[in-house]
Amino acid sequence: MAKKEKKKDLNRRAFIDRGFRFSIGLGLTGLGVGLYKRSRAKEYVWQLDPAKCIQCGRCATSCIMTPSAVKCFHVYDMCGYCDLCGGYFRPEAKNLTTAAENQLCPTAAIERKFIEEPFFEYHIIEELCIGCAKCVKGCGAFGNGSLQLQVNHRLCVDCNECSIARDCPADAFERVSIDSPYIFAGFSKEENKS
Amino acid sequence: MKKKIATILLLAIISLQVYNIYAIQRFPKPEFESGHTQPPTVTPDPRAQALDILDTFVLVAALSVVTWLVIKKRSRKGVFWMSVFAVLYFGFFREGCICSVGSLQNITLALFNPEYSIPLTAIAFFILPIVYTLFFGRTFCAGVCPLGTLQDIFALKPMSIKTWLEKVLGIIPFIYLGLAILYAATSTDFIICRYDPFVGFFRFDATFMMFSIGGVLLLTGIFIARPYCRFLCPYGALLNLVSRFSKKHITITPTECIQCRLCEDSCPFEAIDKPVLLKEKEERPIAVRRFLMYTIIIPVLILIGGYTGSQFHENLASVNTKVRLANELLNETNYGETEQEAFEITAFKAAGQSKEELYNEVAAIIKKFYIGGWILGGFIGLVFGLTLVSLTIFKYREDYTPNKGTCLSCARCVDYCPVLPEVKTELQ
Repeated sequence: MAKKEKKKDLNRRAFIDRGFRFSIGLGLTGLGVGLYKRSRAKEYVWQLDPAKCIQCGRCATSCIMTPSAVKCFHVYDMCGYCDLCGGYFRPEAKNLTTAAENQLCPTAAIERKFIEEPFFEYHIIEELCIGCAKCVKGCGAFGNGSLQLQVNHRLCVDCNECSIARDCPADAFERVSIDSPYIFAGFSKEENKS
Repeated sequence: MKKKIATILLLAIISLQVYNIYAIQRFPKPEFESGHTQPPTVTPDPRAQALDILDTFVLVAALSVVTWLVIKKRSRKGVFWMSVFAVLYFGFFREGCICSVGSLQNITLALFNPEYSIPLTAIAFFILPIVYTLFFGRTFCAGVCPLGTLQDIFALKPMSIKTWLEKVLGIIPFIYLGLAILYAATSTDFIICRYDPFVGFFRFDATFMMFSIGGVLLLTGIFIARPYCRFLCPYGALLNLVSRFSKKHITITPTECIQCRLCEDSCPFEAIDKPVLLKEKEERPIAVRRFLMYTIIIPVLILIGGYTGSQFHENLASVNTKVRLANELLNETNYGETEQEAFEITAFKAAGQSKEELYNEVAAIIKKFYIGGWILGGFIGLVFGLTLVSLTIFKYREDYTPNKGTCLSCARCVDYCPVLPEVKTELQ
């Protein structure tokens, strides 16, 4: 008698288990199908919009990578090849030489090269750049705005949620299609305003 | 025809002018006389998409291998080496992202925010381990999850903790789960990723706070095995519920339990249920009365929880960046900065949104948090109620069996069982 009861009990439990299992399975399938419709076939990556960027300097510190995966990019098409470069020299620089005390970049990551009178070309040494945006600010304020911050996709590990995006005061970070992973603002901020 | 050409010309001129507007620069690009060619702007390519598919493939393969090792081979050694592989691949090689634990936030965000398009890998990482758990128990926890396996390797001298303490701490994952869903659903933050204690180790790069939390968890893990999995992990809370209905599950003994008690203390997670003797069976009326009492208590707890949650909705919402911004603007606190205008406020002014628009937007967000606070509180109340009920339910067991909910399928207990699978064939 006792044995029979126990068997019945077990069967009932097995039945309940099966019911739950079936409904969880059904729910998962529904969820999967529903989400699949909203999913994207193309991958997206994090990028920042230089038009929104206010050069606060948090890109240098908020990234999970040290140094940050955000680097300064030089859009040569926009560069005026100035001798007095707002991105290269400190505002109070005494003379326009490559001496360390004249440079704005804290890590000396910008290389200045003479091309022809009166033009100079500037290169970003990616290994040294920390993404602090000091030069970006300088270039935007006094020059054409050809120095722009961008996420370097060779370095970015594409976190589920970008920790810089979380800290960005200007909400400049967004996910962009992997096909066009870089955004360059084609004009400087000041002109946009006027 | 002429007209057409004229319009095309006109368009061309207009577009040129548009181009000019954008190309007006303070210092126009020089034309070099020395024939210098301008270097291109270097834009390194992102990681190939194919590797994401590889991740999903590795996940399926690892889940299958661990499940086979746990259910069929019953090999602790195999599971151990698989967990080393998981730490190396999902942890150090893939740098802990994306993981199943965090993917539940992507799922929530995708459900609540139609603008967010979820990556396919996130769906796979969320659903596949649950499917495997539904059929074979928490084999994902045993040897695939990089967070769990990292702690598993550290579980060197496990001690037992009091049952009541374990039950109380066991509620935390559900609260964490509720909070994570609330913040993901309101597009506020991914708190699981933000407070992931081990991802900093995988990347050899952690803030001091996260490094300390992770370090403390790993060191406690030496004595209290896998503390994150048992007392924090929100995905583990989900798997715990699903695993209770799993079709197959690891068993301590390959055939029949001989009540030798050798496995009794083998489980570092205290997930082995001891036999409950039949003579402890209580009178039916008492059990019925208790059942009735709890059916009344649970709705009351849900209401109390919901009300409490809704009272705290403004505190919950203050984490949201927009709510914070509105707060700082209203109170003119400037994010606690005294020397200069806070970057958030500068950016807000530059973006050109009016304060009224922001306040309206924030009011809508706070309303969401009010509803969310009710649901979260009610959910926590429900979890409390169900935990209370589960403490008083006796399941009559004759053998030592793994608790299907809390068992992490690590297969440690298997090595303690003296019963050999061959014995069965000999008897027959």
